[in-house]
Amino acid sequence: MKFALSEEQQSLAEALDEIIESAGGTKVARTWAEGNTAPGAALWSQLAELGLFGLSVAEDDGGMGGTAVDLAVAFERLGYHAVPGPYIESAALLPELVDSAVRSGILDGTVVATAAVPGLVPYALDAAAASRCFVVGPDSLAQASAGPGTASVDRTRTLSELTAVGQETALDPAAVEQAIDRATLACSAMLLGAGERLLEEAVSYAKIREQFGRAIGEYQALKHQLADVRIALTFARPLIYGAALDLGSPDGARSISAAKVASGDAAALAARVALQVHGAIGYTEEHDLGLWITRVRALLGAWGTPRHHRSRIAAVLLTPAR
Amino acid sequence: MNLELSDEQQAFAAEARAWLAANVPSAPLPSMDTEAGFAAHREWEAKLAEGRWSAVAWPEEFGGRSAGLVEWVLFEEEYYRSGAPTRVAQNGISLLAPILFEHGTDDQRNRYLSAMTDGSLIWAQAWSEPGAGSDLASIRSTARRDDERGGWLLSGQKTWSSRAVWADRGFGLFRSDPAAQRHRGLTYFLFPMDAPGLTVRPIAQLDGSTGFAELFFEDVFVPDSDVLGAPGDGWRVAMSTAGNERGLSLRAPGRFCAAADRLIDLWNTHQQEDPFAQDAVVDAWIKAEAYRLYTWGTVSTLQDGGDIGAEGSVNKVFWSELDIALHETALDLLGPAAELRGTPGMADGRWMDDYLFSISGPIYAGTNEIQRNIIAERLLGLPRGGDGRRVS
Repeated sequence: MKFALSEEQQSLAEALDEIIESAGGTKVARTWAEGNTAPGAALWSQLAELGLFGLSVAEDDGGMGGTAVDLAVAFERLGYHAVPGPYIESAALLPELVDSAVRSGILDGTVVATAAVPGLVPYALDAAAASRCFVVGPDSLAQASAGPGTASVDRTRTLSELTAVGQETALDPAAVEQAIDRATLACSAMLLGAGERLLEEAVSYAKIREQFGRAIGEYQALKHQLADVRIALTFARPLIYGAALDLGSPDGARSISAAKVASGDAAALAARVALQVHGAIGYTEEHDLGLWITRVRALLGAWGTPRHHRSRIAAVLLTPAR
Repeated sequence: MNLELSDEQQAFAAEARAWLAANVPSAPLPSMDTEAGFAAHREWEAKLAEGRWSAVAWPEEFGGRSAGLVEWVLFEEEYYRSGAPTRVAQNGISLLAPILFEHGTDDQRNRYLSAMTDGSLIWAQAWSEPGAGSDLASIRSTARRDDERGGWLLSGQKTWSSRAVWADRGFGLFRSDPAAQRHRGLTYFLFPMDAPGLTVRPIAQLDGSTGFAELFFEDVFVPDSDVLGAPGDGWRVAMSTAGNERGLSLRAPGRFCAAADRLIDLWNTHQQEDPFAQDAVVDAWIKAEAYRLYTWGTVSTLQDGGDIGAEGSVNKVFWSELDIALHETALDLLGPAAELRGTPGMADGRWMDDYLFSISGPIYAGTNEIQRNIIAERLLGLPRGGDGRRVS
């Protein structure tokens, strides 16, 4: 029994922070949103070098042989820095589903892969920036071509419908389900990271912004809202780690869904409160806050809506309504 | 990171489960805030002591099992799952005992700890005063030195004193240095509830029971041997209880997991087509699960030598709000029948009783507003003041 991150996991988080910050931090997301994907692609290669895409891939398959907890730790940092690109697809969903040639390309960063999962994830993220597109069916995988891109509320995200081309590869339905759960876990961790960053930004601002001759952070009306964000994030975090431990077990589905619901709720609260604390400046394009506010809104509906995940828990725990 | 239990830990949980299955009364005891119910709960404490389950984490010499933190949480999970009675000895075991272990004398530990575990000494807390609620440091009840008899004379008034109507002894803070301000000059006293000069006036609660009382002190003598910690050091000594009450010890995760399980059972007999009703049941389960996992995180932190600190405030707001949401969901499912209480054969009457208790959660053990201030100032580092609070 030890429900805490190891020193290695903390070092992994620090290593990611260093790489992303020296690549420019949120500037990467901003240039990506403007259509210049070069800094994002450079960061992608650096993170591949660190081993991000093979983090939870077995060593025999060329990966790092890490755990789903490692993956959650890494994706929290990606959310914290609002890193753009199809990381969930390449690092969490696809490595266990694609053939070994594609997998080794994903692992070394030369293949940028994205995917759609009809019924759950109807649009593929950043197909134009990806070298491979896949449609993941309940028991199959097919290469796909992408339709025209549509803008998302999150300006770093461009979404496309995919059309399967060529032959389907049959897959074990259990393997597909687990891959989707792993992607959902990564998305939950990203939400948590975005929520933590939103809280941090709001707290920093509340300490320096003065009104009526005082830092606005002295006022209880704001203190209590920020405290509620702290509470929501603090209790979403153990659900994410618990889900990572349960991934692939009989309790996996309900634990993953609980993590997605709780991290989504917490991040959404963080977004609203962070905006309220900042006031009008937070509503500007110029301010970074919007990167996380729009990212959170986009991820809330991605990898299963809150209703989808609550229903999935209900299906396991509750007798169906008569 | 793992949640795996050792063979010994699993065996411990199994032993607790078996003992509870064999010994928990089949019918619920009457409320402990009635005379008969208090006596029945006291008997249950004696029964627990026979099995050495009263305070599993305490050393054997005081009636415990020297169990680790993990075992303690496992026991609490089993305890709530079994539907065992509420602990009438809770004030003593959860609030006072940790302070006795940390600040008490050997003599105090020997006199009080074992007697706490077998129900022979039930303790009442005496923190609040009519003018000192959330602003606890504005305590005005006094302690005057009585050198002749070697002790102190307590005077003043305490209120919202839980378990005081039928308890044997009490503990609380009194101002021993009238010149000192706020947190300074307070002393922590232990006193018998039948002491000459102490009058206990029960306060009826909104649910009709008498869970707390007012205490009137008129020169109540307390010997030096019943001062806990150093005179004048009472605030620092007492704050270790506040942390315990808010954090781990009062609200073990088992309580919410067991309530969420009962809510799921209730849903299965009272399903509704409304997907929002179903979502509310699911959310209660998610939050109970979050609380369970969070507690294992806290256990890991403590085992690594860390402490709870202001995190206890995060915990307190979360469990008290979860408790209310969970019970409101149950009452919604019960519909018009929810208001019925104590009707023979109406097993669901318990949901209303527990709901009424749940809505006191955001008030006791430090209001949730105070907790949010603590979170904002000590965890987030926001500046103090700006709202009329005196800084000391």
